[in-house]
Parts: sequence; C-alpha cells; structure tokens
Amino acid sequence: MAGKFGEFGGRFVPETLMAALHELAEVYNSTKTDITFIEELADLQKNYNGRETPLTFANRLTEHYGKGKIYLKREDLNHTGAHKMNNTLGQILLAKRLGKKRIIAETGAGQHGVATATVCAKFGIECTVYMGEVDVHRQEMNVFRMKMLGAKVVPVTSGSMTLKDATNEAIRDWVENVENTHYIIGSVVGPHPYPMIVRDFQTIIGEETKIQINKFEGRNPDYIIACVGGGSNAIGIFHPFINNPEVKLVGIEAGGYGIDTYMHCATLTLGRPGVFQGMNTYLLQDNEGQISEVHSISAGLDYPGVGPEHSLLKDLDRVQYSSITDDEALDAALKLSRLEGILPALESSHALAHLEYLMPTTSKDDIVVINLSGRGDKDLNTLIDKIKL
Amino acid sequence: MSKIKSKIEEVNRNGKKALSIFLTSGFPTIEKFINNTNRIIDAGADLIELGMPFSDPLADGGVIQQSSQIALQNGITQKQTFLFAEELKKKNVNTPLILMGYANTIIQYGKEQFEQDAINAGVDGLIIPDVPLEEFDSFFSQFSNKLDKILLTTPTSSKERIITLDNKSTGFLYCVSVSGTTGVRSGFDDKIIENLKATYQTVNNNKMLIGFGISKPENIKQLSPFADGFIVGSAIIKSLQNENIDETIELVKSLSEACSTS
Repeated sequence: MAGKFGEFGGRFVPETLMAALHELAEVYNSTKTDITFIEELADLQKNYNGRETPLTFANRLTEHYGKGKIYLKREDLNHTGAHKMNNTLGQILLAKRLGKKRIIAETGAGQHGVATATVCAKFGIECTVYMGEVDVHRQEMNVFRMKMLGAKVVPVTSGSMTLKDATNEAIRDWVENVENTHYIIGSVVGPHPYPMIVRDFQTIIGEETKIQINKFEGRNPDYIIACVGGGSNAIGIFHPFINNPEVKLVGIEAGGYGIDTYMHCATLTLGRPGVFQGMNTYLLQDNEGQISEVHSISAGLDYPGVGPEHSLLKDLDRVQYSSITDDEALDAALKLSRLEGILPALESSHALAHLEYLMPTTSKDDIVVINLSGRGDKDLNTLIDKIKL
Repeated sequence: MSKIKSKIEEVNRNGKKALSIFLTSGFPTIEKFINNTNRIIDAGADLIELGMPFSDPLADGGVIQQSSQIALQNGITQKQTFLFAEELKKKNVNTPLILMGYANTIIQYGKEQFEQDAINAGVDGLIIPDVPLEEFDSFFSQFSNKLDKILLTTPTSSKERIITLDNKSTGFLYCVSVSGTTGVRSGFDDKIIENLKATYQTVNNNKMLIGFGISKPENIKQLSPFADGFIVGSAIIKSLQNENIDETIELVKSLSEACSTS
C-alpha cells in the first residue's frame, strides 16, 4: 500500500497537509528518474559535499580487539560534518522544483539544522530551524553556525524541549505556511513520503560502502553497525544490503542511563507500536498512549519514536537492535580518538561502543563496518563536561 | 439518524446557527470540570466537544496544547474522560457529545473497547484530526457506525476532495477556516471568506460547522452566511485559564446570542 512499510508508516497528519504530501510524492516520483536532477545532485554531492566519503580501515582499533577487521564509513567527512547533507542537498533540489520560497526544519544535535541552513544559503532560500531549548544549550556551537549561515533558529519550550518537540513545532509551522514552505525533515520519520525520500537520499552511504568493501576485501562485510535515533544514517547504509542475508545488520539505540531506568531512547528495544508525528511506528509511551519524555547524552538520538521502516525491519528480524548507555558511548568516543585520530559524534559513538560486545564473538576473517555518521566537534561542550583528562 | 445532525437541524430550523464548544477534559481541574461544563451548556452551547488530552497535539496551537499539558498533570485518564461524558449526558440528554483527540489515544486504549466504552458513556461522535481520508478506512475498520466520525476540510482541500469528505463524514463536516493550528486570530480576509463561501456551496450531504480562529461574536456574524454553525475552542480555554467561570459564561452567552441573530 502507498506509503506503508508492512503495517508501519502512513500519513497521520491534519487535512491541511494532505495536498502538500500528495504534491511532494508526485514531484519526487517524477523527479527521481529525471536525468537533469540526477546529474545536478551528483555534481553537488561530489563538488560541494565532498563525496564519495572514504571507507577507512581502522588498523589500531582492529589490533585492540585482536579479532575481526574493522572499517569505518567516513560520513564525518561530509561537508558540515555529518551524513545529514546527503538528504538536505536532495531535498533542496525538490523544494526548487516545488517552487517553494521558504524552508523549515527541525533539529536535535543541530547537524540537520546546520545541513539545512547550509543548502539554503547555497540556494538563496529563507530558512527557519526549530530546536528544543535543551538542545539549544547543549549544542551551542551549532546554533551559532546556523545563525552564521543566515538561518533563523527558534527555541522550542514545549514538552521535553528536545527533538520531538522541535518536530511538533516544525509540523505546526508547516500546517500554517504550507502554501509557500517546504519542510525538510532530517530523518526517515514523519508522514509518507518522507521516510522513503530521506532513505533514498541516504542510500548513497550503503551504495558506496558496497563498492568500497568489495574493492578492499572482494566481498560484502559480515556485520554493519549504525546508530539509530530516527534512523536515517542506519537505513542509508543498511538499505543496499537488505537483500544480502549474509550481511548481519545491527542498529544501536541510545540506552541513556540504562534501559532499566526510564531515562533512555531505546524505542525498538522497549517500545510498542502507535501513531505519532504522522507515522505508525514503535514508540516509547505510557499505557494511555502519552509519549514518554526520553533521555540520551546525544541530542541526535534523543527521540521517542523511530523511522517506520526500522519498525518493519525489527519485526522481520532482518536487523538486530540493541542499546548502548551514555557512559559506554563516552568511552567509545575517547577510544576512537586515541586509537584512530578520529573524534566521533556522540551519536556515532553508540555504534562504536557496540564493538565491545560484538568483537569478542568475531573471528580474524570477519569484516565489520561501522557507519561513522558524524564528527564530534559539535559535542565538545558535553565532552569537556563529562570526560576528565 | 445521527443525534448530532438532528440537533444541528433543529437549531437551524429555529433560525439559529449551532454553537459547539470545545473543552479539554480535566481542565482547568478535574474537580471543576463537570460544573463548568454544565454551566456552559446552560449558557447556550448546543454541542460539546470533549478534548482527550494528548502529549503531542499536532493540530493544536499554544492555548489548547497548554490546557492538555495541565489536564495530564492533573492526572486525567481516558477512563476519567468517559466518566465525565457519562455524567454530562445524564444531566444534558439533548446535548450531543463529541470526543476530539488523537489517534494514539484510541489505539492504546484498544479500538473495540474504546468504541464500546464511548457508546456506553453516551458519546455521539469522534473528531480525530490526525486520521485524514487516506487513513480513515483502515483506522476505523473495527468500528461500527454507531458513533459519527466527523471529517475536516481545510483551505488546501480541493473541491473534488471536499465532495469526498462530505460523503464520508457523518454528524457534520468540520470546516477549518484557515491553514494553521487551533487558536485565536485577528480576523478573516477576503480570500478566506471566498474560500468558505465556495466550500459551503460544495457541501450538500452534511451540515457544515466552521472552526479554528472563531473567538468572538463578530467572527460569527461575519461568517454566518457560509455556515450552519460554529466551533469555539481556544477562546473558551483561554478564559477558563483565568479561573473566573463567570467570564467564560458571559463569552458563551455572547457567542450564542450572535448565533441567534445572524
């Protein structure tokens, strides 16, 4: 059925937005195969964003565990420092074709906000970014970057004042201004066609990885690990391998203070299906269906929902989902910095921390790919606070 | 025959527009809710929309968002909302009760149980703004037709779509005056008026009530040629914030008066 991943997904939004969602789906379907569009996006990806990103063999990390070989897909090397640009470049071209004069976005860690402000500057389009007030404080530098890039940053003070509330506010803005505004959602969440569009633009991560690993090793990897908040970097690297059953896919959610506390974002691990922000998907919620206030040290994973395609992949047992705590992620960030000279984003550090559990079970011949979705410069405030050197 | 529809028809036959008042269940307090609502009905509300508080109400502006938050902090539950409905219905047999809220509340309660408990409590209809036409059939597949399911039309709905919405909606058709969330607005410009006029001409199957941005008697007077009734929410909730129910009652009376004379 249109817009569904099994029973998940859908378009649970107010009537005001339906015309815009239909228009977006139509324009996207006719655009994605249009050669002018394909060439324009490819040119931007190469000459503006700096793709392809390398696949780096992590030799010292590999030696540290003394088991399988570890590779890092270097999405941290995208322009502005995370995989988010893959999506915003595609969507700004769609906005141009839709004839929209104004862009809005939500952001948690600020990476999607920065990536949206960046493409808006590049294309000369007005940009407003909604950001929870808690995140405005913990991601101060990204707020300033967005302002440097000419975007208006609106702090959101409702609810838990994090990503979920920023998303609510962006959707409300869109309901009000849908005639002239395109909403660039930053992850594989929200109503159809967003989970599909964002996935398609992020799939470039997995496509490159497949070619690169086959060049290095002559075969597909045994494991791919990615962090999951909304889940766009994970879907991006997983998707081209979904039909390769020999590749084990692992999604890592934010365990916060621990999944035996209420302060976590382990949606797929502990949630149950429901409807939120336009989609039917796994959610962290109470018995009455009220959405939970969640916690993660990483603003980008601090979200009580998850992309509907992940919900399907969980139910199909195609991807294994588990969680990593704040403290484990911090240890992993320090470890990668010391062993590989790469400071990872706290989001990506969750995926890296899973190596502690996975690597002892691997053998020398195993190949593990980690999606290093972003760099950690944006997290320095948090890191200075939490790590004593 | 739908009780909601016959009530609106009855009010219209008497030369009046119907007045539907939205109230967030359990706001401003659980203790005051029933008494407040009874007085609002006595002051001239023809229908009551009982808002089921949700943590993330996408279609609502600041005032109703806040009232939902407070109601949740007051400890409101869906069971309590059904108890309120039952109590209101006992005293106001002829005032249709409509539950308004979001899909997840119904899903987590269990759809079949929800319908049963709603019917038992005397509820007449549902308005679920995050279940649009595209999701309607599958969402309500476990429901009978005992409760009216009221659909919304907006300024972005095409004429063709309005006809479909009109055919599918039961009870009445909820016409959202402007693109945006619920809340008080300064006024309605010519473009909005033209659009409401066109929508009213297109709607043949249902009575049409206009909501969103209706806050004072002047709004009702201005728009009454293009509607069978009006829905007022945020303005009422805002007046209830002041904890002075007399002020709210005066507002309801003036709105009801505007419905009679326009």
